[in-house]
Amino acid sequence: MTTALLDIRDLIVEFPSRHGDVVAAKNVNLSVAAGEILGVVGESGAGKSTIGNAVMNLLERPGRIGGGEIFLKGEKISGLSDPTMRKIRGKRIGMIFQDPLTSLNPLETVADQLIGTIRTHLDLSQEEARARAVSLLDQVGIPDPDVRVDHYPHQFSGGMRQRVVIALALCAEPEVILADEPTTALDVSIQAQILDLLKDLVRQRGVGMIIITHDMGVIAEVADRVAVMYRGEVVETGPTAKILGDPDHSYTRSLISAVPRPDIRLHRFPMVESIERAGERRELDLSTHWLGQARDFGARDGDGATGPLLAVKDLEMVFRSGGFLGSKASSLRAVDRVSFDILDGECFGIVGESGSGKSTIARLVTGIYKAVGGAISFNGTDLTKLKNRKELNKHRRQMQMIFQDPFSSVNARMKVRDIIAEPIRFHKLSGSEAETRRIVDDLLDHVGLGAKAAVKYPHEFSGGQRQRISIARALATRPRFLICDEPTSALDVSIQAQILNLLKDLQEELGLTMMFISHDLPVIRQMCDRVGVMSKGKMVEIAETEALFVAPKDDYSKHLISLMPSYTGLMERETGQAEAS
Amino acid sequence: MFKFVSMRLLQSIIVMLVVGLIAFGLFRFVGDPVNNMVGQDTTLEEREALTESLGLNDPFVVQYGRFVAKAVQGDFGMSYRLRQPVSDLIAERFPATLELSLVSAFLALLLGVPMGIYTALKPKSLFSRGFMTLSLMGVSLPTFLIGILLILFFGVSLRWLPTFGRGEVVELGWWSSGFFTASGLKSLIMPAITLAIFQMTLIVRLVRAEMLEVLRTDYIKFAHARGLSPRLINFSIALRNTLVPVITIIGLQVGSIIAFAIITESVFQWPGMGLLFIQAVSEVDIPVMAAYLLLIAFVFVVINLIVDILYFVVDPRLRVQS
Repeated sequence: MTTALLDIRDLIVEFPSRHGDVVAAKNVNLSVAAGEILGVVGESGAGKSTIGNAVMNLLERPGRIGGGEIFLKGEKISGLSDPTMRKIRGKRIGMIFQDPLTSLNPLETVADQLIGTIRTHLDLSQEEARARAVSLLDQVGIPDPDVRVDHYPHQFSGGMRQRVVIALALCAEPEVILADEPTTALDVSIQAQILDLLKDLVRQRGVGMIIITHDMGVIAEVADRVAVMYRGEVVETGPTAKILGDPDHSYTRSLISAVPRPDIRLHRFPMVESIERAGERRELDLSTHWLGQARDFGARDGDGATGPLLAVKDLEMVFRSGGFLGSKASSLRAVDRVSFDILDGECFGIVGESGSGKSTIARLVTGIYKAVGGAISFNGTDLTKLKNRKELNKHRRQMQMIFQDPFSSVNARMKVRDIIAEPIRFHKLSGSEAETRRIVDDLLDHVGLGAKAAVKYPHEFSGGQRQRISIARALATRPRFLICDEPTSALDVSIQAQILNLLKDLQEELGLTMMFISHDLPVIRQMCDRVGVMSKGKMVEIAETEALFVAPKDDYSKHLISLMPSYTGLMERETGQAEAS
Repeated sequence: MFKFVSMRLLQSIIVMLVVGLIAFGLFRFVGDPVNNMVGQDTTLEEREALTESLGLNDPFVVQYGRFVAKAVQGDFGMSYRLRQPVSDLIAERFPATLELSLVSAFLALLLGVPMGIYTALKPKSLFSRGFMTLSLMGVSLPTFLIGILLILFFGVSLRWLPTFGRGEVVELGWWSSGFFTASGLKSLIMPAITLAIFQMTLIVRLVRAEMLEVLRTDYIKFAHARGLSPRLINFSIALRNTLVPVITIIGLQVGSIIAFAIITESVFQWPGMGLLFIQAVSEVDIPVMAAYLLLIAFVFVVINLIVDILYFVVDPRLRVQS
């Protein structure tokens, strides 16, 4: 390619370790032309970010370039000394990082950071640099740039900070921009704005951009060409429509089939091959097994035997901050008179952006937070009125929660057996320790980890496997109601597909009722029967899932649905599995 | 800012009142002061009269109130042992301790912070390894041993430096200073080093750990990716971020240098408060102990206040509560 702006040829990146070199990138060939956006997609550990760091010569020690060459406009830039490389970083190649909350120095004003960068690369006076800083902020769409320039990073919202980061990357008019997961930490509506901004920059300035991401939606939205990475290798490169619509490589196929489809509801996710192989699940005969016993939960309390399992009415939660000895307290209405019902056996979704109060509702229902007002009736009993811990525990046993972060939600110092047995022991659900062990082993089999996992510690498992541990723990009390708070948002798409399939299977087998909280609309569409849309603490719409996606009524729901990535021309899948139910 | 400082002041006053209560408790619960003041042959009536005149028959709250009121004016009563007002004793000793502490704190900071930065920036260099090994020795060697070794070497063998006391002092009002005479300065060297070594090693390790942490953050990586010079990144961005948590610990350390210079003061017979306190403990001289307790609490409260204000200056996130 003669027009290539940045050309990476046969790049090899190695991380020497005691057990031999770990090769993070193997013979990677990539190129990007002026005015073009190249998407690099792959799952965690595929070596995507390594490539960006190798281009910038910022590999973390002991990583090193083991072979290959990198050219910028035909000029070789790999293997340059650090002082020479510094003239390229920021000036000719700009970089945008993932998390806008951590990529700005918290102790300096935006002006100081911009001016410092500008004056490093361009020969400008303080005043000229400041004027340039203000105009850069204006170009990335920050309102009142001449005022905002003197603010500190913490005074900006996440999306605005990412704009500041982009402004910093643009300081010296670079020819190439490397964006490493530029929108992963942002809400969908902010993500759409940032992607638009990046697209405009590429078109107007004619820079070449490499977007590194795990998100197929982002790729579909902005990339002209896509490179798919798998275990350090680029398995396939091509125009976006070709890769998404008719991929050649089997990995790409399975990766795309694992992406939750926004357009139609499938019964299950097609099983993803060639990625992390989950152990085979062993089916249990629930009519005889412990897990299936006592599932009748006795007759419904009260008369409304056909009423909803969970009825939430006018729920309110207010967080106060500050306020000590007469100083002014500020309060945040996190949940504002929210009412909804969840019927026995259904999966009720709650969707909304960060800060909309989704997780707060989960915590109120489980009793982690105490509601300021309103009622939560579970199986006909108002939980907010129960004073006695013992009474409450009886109901709590029937509802369990699965958290978002698989790394911090299991106790790292306990063996998996004890983690799962803890709720059984606490609620005294088994007759003997031997029985508890047998139950734990069966549970582990049931969630596809295998009984051998019982003697290991959580750090020996990957994120997806840990989430299975969380699920086994939640099932250990024989619950009838499961609350999943973003159970898959920390996981790769293929693992997400596995976990969501597992949850679906369990729901069917055990007749579980679920409250499924997510910010991810396609996931909601695949999982839920009915959905409630949250915005700023209010539930703005409750509808049947399909009805919501086809014809949203509320303005906010419409807005949210319109932001969903569209994936035009997405690969036709084996439709045999679609709509099978 | 004003609100913040006034809040902190209020909290400080509460802390002082609580410490005052404990100090006051010493009088009531650690022995009978009358017993300490009278001789063997005092009659019961005389004891009664003395108890009454000292106000020891009044209710607890009244006595506490009186104690606090007097303490605020700097009146801590008479020392049982020396028969002098406690405030005079302290005023006499305080400058010695403060001068020693400040010099050693200054030494510790002046050497410790740069060494911490160096070891963080060049973790693999020979110097860094040397510093780290030395700092381990500094942490593990007891203060008195370092002091005795210094005395043995520089005082006894080489006879370069005096082995005890403060040397000649200059009176500046009620403040006696050793800074202005040759013998005063010479006397200061060894105790100051002894006291500084432990603090310095602590600061080296603290600054190093904190700086390594900061160097791993995204904003440092981003700064490198923008092509900023390493000097700017290391000293302007990284160092400032490092200092935010380090300030707290250093503040507390300065407090503890002042409060717990006791061992060093005993080794060098330094006429400071530590020595006064040790003697007071061995003789159950409660007024001196109570006054010392209050003074140390006051020092800590003042240092914490300064630390809080420094935080405010360094970290903009505290300035604007958005």
